[in-house]
Amino acid sequence: MREMIISELSQAWHEIARGFAHFLPRLIVMLILAMVGWVIAFVIKVALRSILRLVKFDKLSENAGASQLLTKAALPSATEVLSRFVFWVAWLGFILLGVSVLGILGLQEQVARFFLFLPRLFVALFILFVGLLAASFFSRAALLAAVNANVPSPRVLGLAVRSIIIVFVLSVVFEELGLAEQTMLVAFGIAFGALMLGLAIAFGFGGRDLARRYLEKKIVRGKKEENEDELSPL
Amino acid sequence: MAEESFLTDDFLRQLMNVGEVDILVGLPTYNNAKTVGSIVHTIQNGILRGFPRERVVIINADGGSRDGTPEIVTSVSIDDMRPASNLYALRTLHSISTKYGSGPASGVAFRTILAAAELLRAKACVVLSPESANIEPEWLATLLRPVYRDSFDLVMPTYSRHKFEGLLITNLLYPMTRALYGTRIRETYSPEFGFSGRLGSQFLGQNVWTDGTDGDGAELRFTLAAITGKFRICQSFLGEKMHIERRAADLVPALRQTAGALFSALEPDFPVWSVVAGSEPAPTAGADKAVLLEPLRINRKRLREMFSSGVAELDSVFQSILSPGTLAQLQEIARLEDDRVQYSAELWTRTVYEFAASYQKSVISRDHIIQALAPLFRGRAFTFLMENRNASADEVETSIEGLCLEFERLKPYLLQLWKSRE
Repeated sequence: MREMIISELSQAWHEIARGFAHFLPRLIVMLILAMVGWVIAFVIKVALRSILRLVKFDKLSENAGASQLLTKAALPSATEVLSRFVFWVAWLGFILLGVSVLGILGLQEQVARFFLFLPRLFVALFILFVGLLAASFFSRAALLAAVNANVPSPRVLGLAVRSIIIVFVLSVVFEELGLAEQTMLVAFGIAFGALMLGLAIAFGFGGRDLARRYLEKKIVRGKKEENEDELSPL
Repeated sequence: MAEESFLTDDFLRQLMNVGEVDILVGLPTYNNAKTVGSIVHTIQNGILRGFPRERVVIINADGGSRDGTPEIVTSVSIDDMRPASNLYALRTLHSISTKYGSGPASGVAFRTILAAAELLRAKACVVLSPESANIEPEWLATLLRPVYRDSFDLVMPTYSRHKFEGLLITNLLYPMTRALYGTRIRETYSPEFGFSGRLGSQFLGQNVWTDGTDGDGAELRFTLAAITGKFRICQSFLGEKMHIERRAADLVPALRQTAGALFSALEPDFPVWSVVAGSEPAPTAGADKAVLLEPLRINRKRLREMFSSGVAELDSVFQSILSPGTLAQLQEIARLEDDRVQYSAELWTRTVYEFAASYQKSVISRDHIIQALAPLFRGRAFTFLMENRNASADEVETSIEGLCLEFERLKPYLLQLWKSRE
C-alpha cells in the first residue's frame, strides 16, 4: 500500500515535471515576445511621434476640433495620444501572440479575432478623424457664409452643420467597428430624426419671434436700401 | 509658344491668320451684349485716332456668354464709323473672339489674352473692361502711348472717384502694396491697364496659373510682378470711374481677388518686400487722384451691425487668426455705440498684417481667412465713412496718406510675425 502511494505520487510528480518542462519553454518564448514587442512598440511610438510632428498632426487635429476635446478631457496632445495608442496596440499584439504560443485552448481563437479586428479599428479611427476634420471645415464654412450674408443666429447654423456631420460620422464608425449595429442604426435614426424635429420646432416656436424680426428686417431693409446707394469696394 | 496648349485649335488658327501685330486690345467678357458693341466701336475709334499706322487686333476672351456677346464683338465693323468720323486705318485691324470656359473667370481670360499677345508678338497691349460705363476713345492712347512710344512696361490708370468708392483699394490694397513693395501705385488692381509684350511674356511663364489659386486676382499679381521684376511702371489719368452696376454685395469675391492675391504673393516675393523701406511715387501723367464729393446715401448702420455681429459670431475663427491683444481690442470696439466705434488706422493695420501672416501659416483654410476679413473690413469702412463724412477732398487724401504711413510704420511688425512663423 505504502509503495503504491509512493509510486503514484512519484508518477504524478514526474508528470507535473514533464508538463512544466514542456510549458516552460513556451512561457519563456511568451516573455521574450512580450519584451521584444515592448522594444518594437516603443520604436514604433518614437518613429510615429516624429513623423506626426513633422507633418504637423497637432495642427490638423486642432483644425478638426479634436485637440479641444482632448484638452477638455485633460489628455495630452493628439500626437502623443495617437503614438501612445499605437504603442499599446502594438505591444498588446505581441503579448497576445505570446499567449497564443502557450497553446491554451480557447484563447487562440480570441487572439485571432483580436488581430482580425485591428484593421477595422484603424479604419474606424481614420474615419473618425477625417469626419471631425470635415465637420470642423463645413461648420466654419457655414458660419462664415451666414455671417457675411447677415443671416440671423449664424452660430446655430454652424453648430447644426457640425452636429449633423458628427452624428453621421459616429454611425459610420460604429458600423465599421461592428458594435451593436442594430442599436446604432436605430440610435442614429432617432438622433437624426430628433435633431431635425428639434430644428423644426425651434424654428417654428423658439425662433418665431426671430423669424418675424428677420422677415420684417428684410422687407423693411429691402425697401430702405432701394433708396440708398451701394458702395463698390473696388 | 509656351502657352499655346490651353488655347483652342480654332483660336490658334485665327491667330495664325492674323500674323504679327503691333498692338493688342484685350476685352474679357461675360454676358455683356448690352454694352460690348459700343465698347468695340470706342476701341476702333481710339485705334483710328491714335494708332492708324499700326497693325492692331482685338482679342475677346469670353467666359461662355449666352447672350451673343462674342458674335457682337466680331460683327462690329470698322466701316460703321467711317462716314461719321472720317477716320481711316492704314494697316489691318482684326477682331477675334474665343470662349475659354463656361463661366466668368478673369484670371483665365487674362491668361488667354497674354498667350495671344505672345503668339502675335504684340509690342503693346491694353486690357479694357466691358463693366466700365464710360470708356472713351482717348483711353487707348492714354494707356498705350507710354508703352508704345516711351518704353514703359506697365501703365496703370488713375481715376477720379467718389471719396467713398473703392474703399478696399484706399484702405487695404494701396496702403499695403505701397508699404511692402515701396512703389506708390494708386490702382494696383484695375480692369483697365496697358502693358508691354515683354512684361506679358515674362508673367505668362510664372507659376501664378498653377499655384492652386486658378489665376484669381491675376491682374494684381501682374502689377506686383512688374514691381518685383523692376519693369518700368507709370500711371495715367483716365477720368471718372463709372461702373455699369454697383455691387456692394460682392465683397467676399472682391476680397478673394485682391487681399487673397496679395497675401498669396507675399511668400514668393518675400526676398523683395522684406528689404524695402519707405516708398517712392510712380511717374504719373495727369492727376494721380481726384476725389468727387457729391452727396451719397450709404447704409452706415448696416455696416456697423455686420461688423459687430461678425466680431461676436466669429470669435472662434478670429482666435486662430489674430493675436489675443488685437482680438480683445476688436471685441471692445465692436461693443460700443454707433458714434463711438473707432476702428483706428493702427488697429486696422495690425489686423491686416496678422491676417497676412495667418494666411501664410494656413492656420485654417486660406479661403476661410479671406472670408473672415469681410466683417472687419466693414468695420474699417464704417470708421472711414464716419471720419470723412464732411471731409473735403484734401482731408480725405490726408486720411488715406495717414493710413499708408501707418502701414509703412508697422511693417517691422509684419516681418516679426513672418519670422515667428518659422
